[in-house]
Amino acid sequence: MGFFDKLKAGLEKTRKSFTEKIEQLVIGYATIEDELLDDLEAVLLSADVGVPTTTKLMTEIRSGIKSKQINSPDDLKPFLQEKINTMLLSKHYAEATQYAPPVVMLIVGVNGVGKTTTIGKLANYYHEAGKRVLIAAADTFRAAAIDQLEIWGQRTGSEIIKHAEGSDPAAVAFDAVQAAKARKVDIVIIDTAGRLHTKANLMEELKKINRVIAKEVPAAPHETLLILDATTGQNAINQAKLFGEAVALTGVVLTKLDGTAKGGVVIAINNELSLPVKWIGVGEGVNDLRPFDAAEFAAALFADK
Amino acid sequence: MVFESLADKLQQTFKKLRGKGKLSESDVAEALKEVRMALLEADVNFKVVKDLVAKIKERAIGQEVLESLTPAQHVIKIVNEELTNLMGGTQSRIAIASRPPTVIMLVGLQGAGKTTTAGKLAHLLKRQGKQPLMVAADVYRPAAIKQLEVLGEQLEIPVFTMGQDNPVNIAKKAVDQALMMARDIVIIDTAGRLHINEDLMNELKSIKQTVKPHEILLVVDAMTGQDAVNVAESFNNDLGLDGIILTKLDGDARGGAALSIKAVTGLPIKFAGMGEKLDALEAFHPDRMASRILGMGDVLSLIEKAESAISLEKAQEMQKKLRKEDFTLDDFLEQIEQVRKLGPLDQILGMLPGMGKLKGLQGLDIDNKEVKHIIAIIRSMTSKERRDPAVINGSRRKRIALGSGTRVQDVNRLLKQFGEAKKMMKRLKDMQKSGKKSNFKLPFMN
Ligand SMILES: Nc1nc2c(ncn2[C@@H]2O[C@H](COP(=O)(O)OP(=O)(O)O)[C@@H](O)[C@H]2O)c(=O)[nH]1
Ligand SMILES: [Mg+2]
Repeated sequence: MGFFDKLKAGLEKTRKSFTEKIEQLVIGYATIEDELLDDLEAVLLSADVGVPTTTKLMTEIRSGIKSKQINSPDDLKPFLQEKINTMLLSKHYAEATQYAPPVVMLIVGVNGVGKTTTIGKLANYYHEAGKRVLIAAADTFRAAAIDQLEIWGQRTGSEIIKHAEGSDPAAVAFDAVQAAKARKVDIVIIDTAGRLHTKANLMEELKKINRVIAKEVPAAPHETLLILDATTGQNAINQAKLFGEAVALTGVVLTKLDGTAKGGVVIAINNELSLPVKWIGVGEGVNDLRPFDAAEFAAALFADK
Repeated sequence: MVFESLADKLQQTFKKLRGKGKLSESDVAEALKEVRMALLEADVNFKVVKDLVAKIKERAIGQEVLESLTPAQHVIKIVNEELTNLMGGTQSRIAIASRPPTVIMLVGLQGAGKTTTAGKLAHLLKRQGKQPLMVAADVYRPAAIKQLEVLGEQLEIPVFTMGQDNPVNIAKKAVDQALMMARDIVIIDTAGRLHINEDLMNELKSIKQTVKPHEILLVVDAMTGQDAVNVAESFNNDLGLDGIILTKLDGDARGGAALSIKAVTGLPIKFAGMGEKLDALEAFHPDRMASRILGMGDVLSLIEKAESAISLEKAQEMQKKLRKEDFTLDDFLEQIEQVRKLGPLDQILGMLPGMGKLKGLQGLDIDNKEVKHIIAIIRSMTSKERRDPAVINGSRRKRIALGSGTRVQDVNRLLKQFGEAKKMMKRLKDMQKSGKKSNFKLPFMN
């Protein structure tokens, strides 16, 4: 399977519920009626595209009808595809510049979204690219979180820095960054405990980890990735906003896209946040992580069977 | 603002319409559009929203609302009632088997919170005098078994493990073990899985056939989006669920997923996870969830409480006084006492929409001690002083402080507060003159 096919397979559920629904819809109507537009809106909303982004797309469609760009139901899908394409591709994010090693990555997110698993996958990705990877078990809160990361370390041939359960996560991060410098490691990936974005004290803890790292390595963390579960609905936007207030996020990893039919949240994230989706998770295996490419995503979303 | 509450939006919508006099059907239709959007923003399933809005419309177009002076409140009330109905009204418990052990199986998607919930549930049941055994049947996720073992140690509850053995086998042996150890509850933690993964769903079916659980509970993350309904339906079709446990409700998820699952599958929500601590599992209250989805806190139960605690006549009398501007410290005292009847102040604030989320209010402890001080201070004043605080000079202040067991600063602060309250009431009164009169007002909060 080529890369595009793999991506398509991962997005199969989303594509099915999205494109196929639109196609079926269009067949059912001879002319453009209010009811058709309502149904189209329903498809968008039920794919977790969200109210603000859906409203924006529907406004564009309505003005497309007025300006005669859309003349029949058949015009709807290509028009929408183009608008979503523009939405996904309009923002350009600066390429991550090459930093002197160690490059420090901080992984944050709410409970159970897939932080630790994603770290395993990222470690594998960089390991295969010939990098020396060190992972830091700074989730000292959840029972056996350290053991879980350790298993991923073994699976991917990464070094690990860990302290006892219940110890200060900032101290783990500090040790990890120091060790990385001493051992000439290329990439440090720091796992953190899941936390709800509404808990002020836990957000302070993240800031502290951030400060400690920055003291050791200037400009670090170079990458702060927010892990979002694709099954999450509109709360994903809240998560991104509040985590972003605590630490400077550089991107999003969207996990569990293999399970949900609602990948529409990718469009919402692109439209409502100034944050690039950098990776997507499409399974629990070590290889189930893909760099996110907006153009490919858009193409896969609207691909024919 | 992340989410504007539906209640606020409706108020605004109707305020815009006020100038027109009576409401027309199209005014209501306009408001219902807002209702629809707000429900969708709260992740209520699309189909559920459609049905719900149709029902609400039927009721809202009735005479009652159109002729009401406070149509917004009326519509909100209807929406809230319909939501509560959908949530299933009453609280629902787990069934305890007549012949122990009661076998409970937890299932769900990856990352929903099953393992932690297993610990919390075991803890809850232990506190009710039960003797649970936890079973580590998640043999896939790295260190999942270890996680349950650690929880068992913390809670002093035994954990049955058989390494990475076959989960069906593990479940069977665990129940045998429970019988031998005379444990009366068995809680099986299973691996997270996608509802579309046939192999793994078959594994759950086999466990079910083998140990015949009395309760199969689906653990659902409160933040789940539109897919929640599909997930619950598949699990229910494959396994025949007995109920739902909702997790991560301590965040700001509006929880529309929960409502949708209940509406579509009819399954009751039995517990809600309210925090990371192992004692943070609570019985679920459908009505509170309804208000939460509306983004209006628990304002309705607050109003109910107020209505039962404060007599209408008293409130009207107070309003009259306000209008005549002869509001005294006596009245102030009476108001405080009335509000206190509603319960602890911090709880009351928690019931108000948006209050819980306000950053400034976090950690602010409106403790009753301060209120008690205020009462003591006013009680130490003569009736003349209460009517005309202007006479309270330095020596009187000292006397009052002494009499009430407070400090002069406390007396000063109270007098200042009273002065400000009076000013504010005057302003509000002026505002009310231009607006419509409402028939019931809470003292203090208007
Ligand atoms: N199907 C699927 N499951 C995933 C994916 N990423 C993580 N998971 C699972 O989600 C659950 C929670 O993951 P974990 O890494 O422990 O989350 P954390 O609490 O954020 O560290 C585990 O069961 C993972 O195997 C993904 O892309 N697809
Ligand atoms: Mg983790």
